[in-house]
Amino acid sequence: MAKFSKNDDSLVVIIGSGAGGGVLGMELAMKGIKTVVLEAGGRHGPQDFVNDEWASFGQISWLDQRTTSGDWRVSRDFSGLPSWIVKAVGGSTLHWAGASLRFQPHEWKVKTNYGNIKNTSIMDWPIDHKEMDKWYTRAENHMGTLGTGGRERLPGNNNYKVFEAGAKRMGYKNFHTGNMSINSKPYDGRVACQQIGFCFQGCKSGAKWSAGYVSIPKGEATGNLECRTNAQVIKIEHDKSGKVTGVVYADAKGKQQRQKARVVCVAGNSIESPRLLLNSESSMFKNGLANSSGEVGKNYMRHMTASTYAIFENPVYFYRGTTMAGIVTDESINDPKRGFVGGYELETLALGLPFMAAFLDPGQWGRGFASSMERYDHMAGLWIVGEDMPQSTNAVTLHKKLKDQHGMPIPNVNFSDHENDIKMRNHAWKQSTALYKSVGATKVLQTPPYPSTHNLGTNRMSASAKDGVCNRNGQTWDIKNLFISDGSQFTTGAAENPTLTIVALAMRQAEFIAKQMSSKAI
Amino acid sequence: MRLLNKSTISRRTFLKTGTVTALGLTIMGPMIIGKDKSWAATFSNIGADDAATLIQMARDIYPHDFLADKYYAKVIQGYDSAAGKDKALKSMISKECKKINSAAKKKYKNNYRMINREVERVDILKSNTKSPLFAKVRGDLVTGLYNNKEVWPKFGYEGESASKGGYLNRGYNDIDWLDKV
Ligand SMILES: Cc1cc2nc3c(=O)[nH]c(=O)nc-3n(C[C@H](O)[C@H](O)[C@H](O)COP(=O)(O)OP(=O)(O)OC[C@H]3O[C@@H](n4cnc5c(N)ncnc54)[C@H](O)[C@@H]3O)c2cc1C
Ligand code: SF4
Repeated sequence: MAKFSKNDDSLVVIIGSGAGGGVLGMELAMKGIKTVVLEAGGRHGPQDFVNDEWASFGQISWLDQRTTSGDWRVSRDFSGLPSWIVKAVGGSTLHWAGASLRFQPHEWKVKTNYGNIKNTSIMDWPIDHKEMDKWYTRAENHMGTLGTGGRERLPGNNNYKVFEAGAKRMGYKNFHTGNMSINSKPYDGRVACQQIGFCFQGCKSGAKWSAGYVSIPKGEATGNLECRTNAQVIKIEHDKSGKVTGVVYADAKGKQQRQKARVVCVAGNSIESPRLLLNSESSMFKNGLANSSGEVGKNYMRHMTASTYAIFENPVYFYRGTTMAGIVTDESINDPKRGFVGGYELETLALGLPFMAAFLDPGQWGRGFASSMERYDHMAGLWIVGEDMPQSTNAVTLHKKLKDQHGMPIPNVNFSDHENDIKMRNHAWKQSTALYKSVGATKVLQTPPYPSTHNLGTNRMSASAKDGVCNRNGQTWDIKNLFISDGSQFTTGAAENPTLTIVALAMRQAEFIAKQMSSKAI
Repeated sequence: MRLLNKSTISRRTFLKTGTVTALGLTIMGPMIIGKDKSWAATFSNIGADDAATLIQMARDIYPHDFLADKYYAKVIQGYDSAAGKDKALKSMISKECKKINSAAKKKYKNNYRMINREVERVDILKSNTKSPLFAKVRGDLVTGLYNNKEVWPKFGYEGESASKGGYLNRGYNDIDWLDKV
């Protein structure tokens, strides 16, 4: 494994080792480019993952303090936990369920397709589906995505079977066990899924793809990648010409270190990435790095989400087998006749008893709540994920007073639903309630959004410098050797779970960075 | 389908007498003895009276008739040890218990934990949901009760599965009633 000097200014330094940063690091290393990934968390893997929801949360989740505001219910029910993401090698791809969907062609160009939607900052992406096609294929092959590349999908578990029976009764046409990046057969040196059912807690068999134990080790094997753990970046530094020169990070003991760099790529997830740019303000960049547009931290998206849990007369044991075990895609089209633009996916989901108690209906108590919990083993359930509207007031900002353990201002996440989000959620609740009632549900619960697992858009890609933070390659408009490499570069969110797109963009960006470096443009 | 057996049996160990509350808890000095005499606990910091109030409150917040009092009492035992070091907590508990009891006496002529009818106790709780004590007990129960591995089988939750080979051969897809609905 490589180990590079902190004074080596020929390196690419990537901040964060998740879907974006981990894959970018692997790709650059494979192209022979010396790369250091600085990761705030430690290293965990199948050997030490635990099948225990709260214990796993304590082991790998990002627990540094955050605050939240806005009219969303998360800010009331989970005031210190606006989002649920990971602090460890592999980032949130340790927690992730594995659903890997391509954007639909029209979702790259929503302004063109939806028109001007009031009170949004909606834009077209500066790239399109044709250009992304080959990168998607490459990402799917790396992740072993099922239902693509001739890879057979998983068999359905009990939760899926209930869902499928309901989907048929509803007249839905497009449903299956999902394009999961989980092995249905041994692939890439990893085993097939054992239907353990703790996918969110890090897959103990390694059947599920994760940047942490798949991409990063592949990069390390080349000898060109160093993944330095417990290295939390606090500030990105620049020279008089405005080029970035390196980063300052706190090491495991909290001691500050300086790592020099030729290129810096920010991939800390959509809350930490803008926080870092904002905290790197200087006399030259008074509003933070790469922020001449004023868009850093703005347009925060989290997908329109919600869940539906249904109780049946007979047992389901929905927690047995893959956490997310199937999808209906019929509702993901853009059909404004439904009263909103954009669409949503229905994806089965199961929580363990401890998380169900916390998330089913936060704050509720008494006989009604208890009676639902007593039917835990008779439940089936699904998660709703749809396109939400970017709004410039939904934003990550630095807290005016509170600081973290390294003296860095903590982030505040402000979020309120757009009218379109609310209409879409109500439609999705109505449809999914009907789906479960059609197969005999005796009680259906409409569960509000969890802390955000999909965090997007806070350093968005734009066609012109005044509208966003980075260009079509994720290169910041203001600083040519500074890149955005994670979900924060999303212009809009589409209805699909974001990770496949983050990975495809990272692969595409690696090629761009390599070319720019070899032509000495950066 | 592979069905789970949800019933478990508690052992009887204690045989003593004293004041009996609505829950059937016996209070003797700082000690509370469970009604099936399968458990007992000492509350030397917050006192058995307030502890019994809190145990009753815990059950009224998440009333699962198939759970013995000891599962609720466990959460409150945690408060007793915390109150030993945390004066603010200790005085908050005592102040808020007094408040609840005076509301209960005013409306139902009895201390909260001595009211026999659940609807009446819940009525008192409903007008008290803003109190810091209520918020604390409810919030702590979410993990204190539902994250207690001993209660999982009673809800039909099997917990850890990797060491058993997952559910691949243990019923991940054994649902057998769908064609009948
Ligand atoms: C429970 C759950 C289920 C999910 N399921 C799915 C799914 O089925 N399909 C899907 O597409 N997506 C899913 N997601 C979302 C997916 O995990 C994320 O969208 C994706 O991982 C985001 O990639 P990223 O590169 O932006 O950030 P991350 O993967 O979160 O990586 C960011 C990394 O940067 C590190 N970091 C942050 N700040 C710093 C700093 N200052 N210095 C050093 N390191 C830093 C973090 O510790 C972290 O390791 C799920 C997420 C969760 C939590
Ligand atoms: S169900 Fe499959 S993917 Fe999920 S944790 Fe188990 S083996 Fe891994």
